Amino acid sequence: MKLGLGAAVGAGTLITETGKIIAAAPQNDSDTRYAFLVDTTKCVGCGFCVKACKVENEIPFEANASRTWVERYVVMKDGSVYADSPKAAREGFTSPEISGYVTSSEGKVVLPHGEHEELHPLVPDEKEISKSFFVPKLCNQCDKPACVQVCPVGATYQAADGVVLVDRTWCIGCGYCIMSCPYGVRFFHPVQKVAEKCTWCYHRITKGMKPACVDACAFGARDIGNLKDPDDPVTKIIKTERVQVLKPDYGTGPQAYYLGLDHEVR
Amino acid sequence: MISEAAHELIIHGEAWTEKFQFVYPNEFIVWSIQIVMYPYMTGLVAGAFVLSSLYHVFGQKQLKNVATFSLAFSFCLLPVAMMPLQLHLQQPLRGMEVFFTPHFTSAIAAFGIVFSTYGAIVASEIWFVYRKFFIDQAQSQGGLRGFIYKVLTLGSYDKSEEALHTDHRMATILAAIGIPVAAFLHGYAGFIFGSVKANALWMTPLMPVIFIMSAVVSGIALCMLVYIIMLEISRMYKHPGLSNLQVKETVRTQQMDVIMMTKRYLFIFLVAAITLELLDLIFRGYTAVKSWGILSEVLLKHDFVKIFVLQYGLGNLLPFVMLLLPRLTIKRTVVALCLVLYGVFMMRWNVVIGGQSFSLTFAGFMQYHLPFIPTNFETFKEGFFGALTVIATPFFLLWLLNFIIPVIPKHSNQ
Repeated sequence: MKLGLGAAVGAGTLITETGKIIAAAPQNDSDTRYAFLVDTTKCVGCGFCVKACKVENEIPFEANASRTWVERYVVMKDGSVYADSPKAAREGFTSPEISGYVTSSEGKVVLPHGEHEELHPLVPDEKEISKSFFVPKLCNQCDKPACVQVCPVGATYQAADGVVLVDRTWCIGCGYCIMSCPYGVRFFHPVQKVAEKCTWCYHRITKGMKPACVDACAFGARDIGNLKDPDDPVTKIIKTERVQVLKPDYGTGPQAYYLGLDHEVR
Repeated sequence: MISEAAHELIIHGEAWTEKFQFVYPNEFIVWSIQIVMYPYMTGLVAGAFVLSSLYHVFGQKQLKNVATFSLAFSFCLLPVAMMPLQLHLQQPLRGMEVFFTPHFTSAIAAFGIVFSTYGAIVASEIWFVYRKFFIDQAQSQGGLRGFIYKVLTLGSYDKSEEALHTDHRMATILAAIGIPVAAFLHGYAGFIFGSVKANALWMTPLMPVIFIMSAVVSGIALCMLVYIIMLEISRMYKHPGLSNLQVKETVRTQQMDVIMMTKRYLFIFLVAAITLELLDLIFRGYTAVKSWGILSEVLLKHDFVKIFVLQYGLGNLLPFVMLLLPRLTIKRTVVALCLVLYGVFMMRWNVVIGGQSFSLTFAGFMQYHLPFIPTNFETFKEGFFGALTVIATPFFLLWLLNFIIPVIPKHSNQ
């Protein structure tokens, strides 16, 4: 499926041939506004997207952070909700154990620092599960990115096509952007020692390719498009179907759209 | 022992963060002990300056001795306010970029301007206060010391009454300008936290005001404490013509004078700080918006001891009562002042660490384990010893400054 992403290197975007941005032009000057589409109903939690992302973007595989991750939600019949993303789901979800939770000997979910004689990992009773699903997460490349607003030196900036990038040579590593992102997308790169984030594989999309996670997804749960192209299939879905964004209350204008998003998703 | 290669895989914050329940994979306690130290130290700077200004601007003559000392101490604390920031940066060598390429939509970007302005005000005020002293020393001393004083006079040797009057007037004007700048320096530290909309605990417009009030509390308490201790130390000097008992009596009188004159200001700001903090807490509980679920868990359960027992109980209520009870002694005051300083430190801790002890998912928690024994440079600079270095530095600077200007009080037999 060709989406015409090559249009990214169009008039007004101020991108050099090597893909290097020399200045962020006002958004309305660009003929591209990237948007991401996640169809949560198609995600099976295999974690291939996470694996592909880590390899493509040189995030050490063993490091406990990732540009993208997959969350598992288990909603019980009694209304309780358990969610996890073990090691960002880089190996997928291979165990019924919900990581991060422990239960007391009576089977009650507790925090480990109380006086409990014995603690067990939480394995929800299948018969008591009301629904369960996976939700892929990545940067929302917000229209009004809080991370860009708070960067004290302008090392993180928004490109004309909406993607938020980090200048690794200029970031001072204060962590203000990490604190300001409501989606928990950012982290410090363990090797580069600067703020790191998902760029929707900017080096690929500006050359007309798809992000690594999109290519790695065998189920079509992830896709990218150009909101300024009315014929773009992703744009058509966003414009015509019932889509949602994550945490709209923060006023950041997230541009990753979700199909089949449950109200329990954090 | 973690190998060098494995160190490369550790995400900043991972070494001291423990996660419970549903926390996003990239979430860690990124702002650690040094970010607790940052508002604590700027608070002390601002508070010390406000105390000195009470004399210079509002003519509280009884505060004269402690005010002059507070001004000098504020100057020593000033570079230390920047130290924790520098120590927590992942790229410390790039810290200067904040001065060169400030990005003004960021609250931190103003740091260079506010900090430099404030530094210039404090340095100038000290110069006007001590100008006559510099001239006297430059004229009476030779060698290196004489040269240092000659430089410090900046070529101005006018000791006429008119010139001295101008000095006094300039010091007053600078002290007056300094108050809002000091308040801004620290209020803005509060704004850095208060404006993080992603953090449910931090985001409140009251944050800058709460920070300023508690800053003044801590600044006054520290100046009182150090002044009392320094007077005590001054007893060890040789005092020709005075018996030990006479020296002790004079020092005691001076110490009690400082305590009686200064504690009322401590009370005023302490009451204001606690009132605002409790108002914020009550308001959050009453309005109970979405985040209250997780906030109440943190405030009323996980951090209950840290907030209500250690901060409000041990750090605020107990010293308040100790200072109010009749027959106040110097020993009791010293203990109360230490508790006040501890209380303000706990307030900073509960804001900075408490604000990161729950996940952005509102469904998980993070626990901070302060690194004591450093295993690498990171766990040193963002650990117990890094914090200790920050705390010790102003005292070292004060000791250095004392070689130039007489900041350490000596008792007078008047």
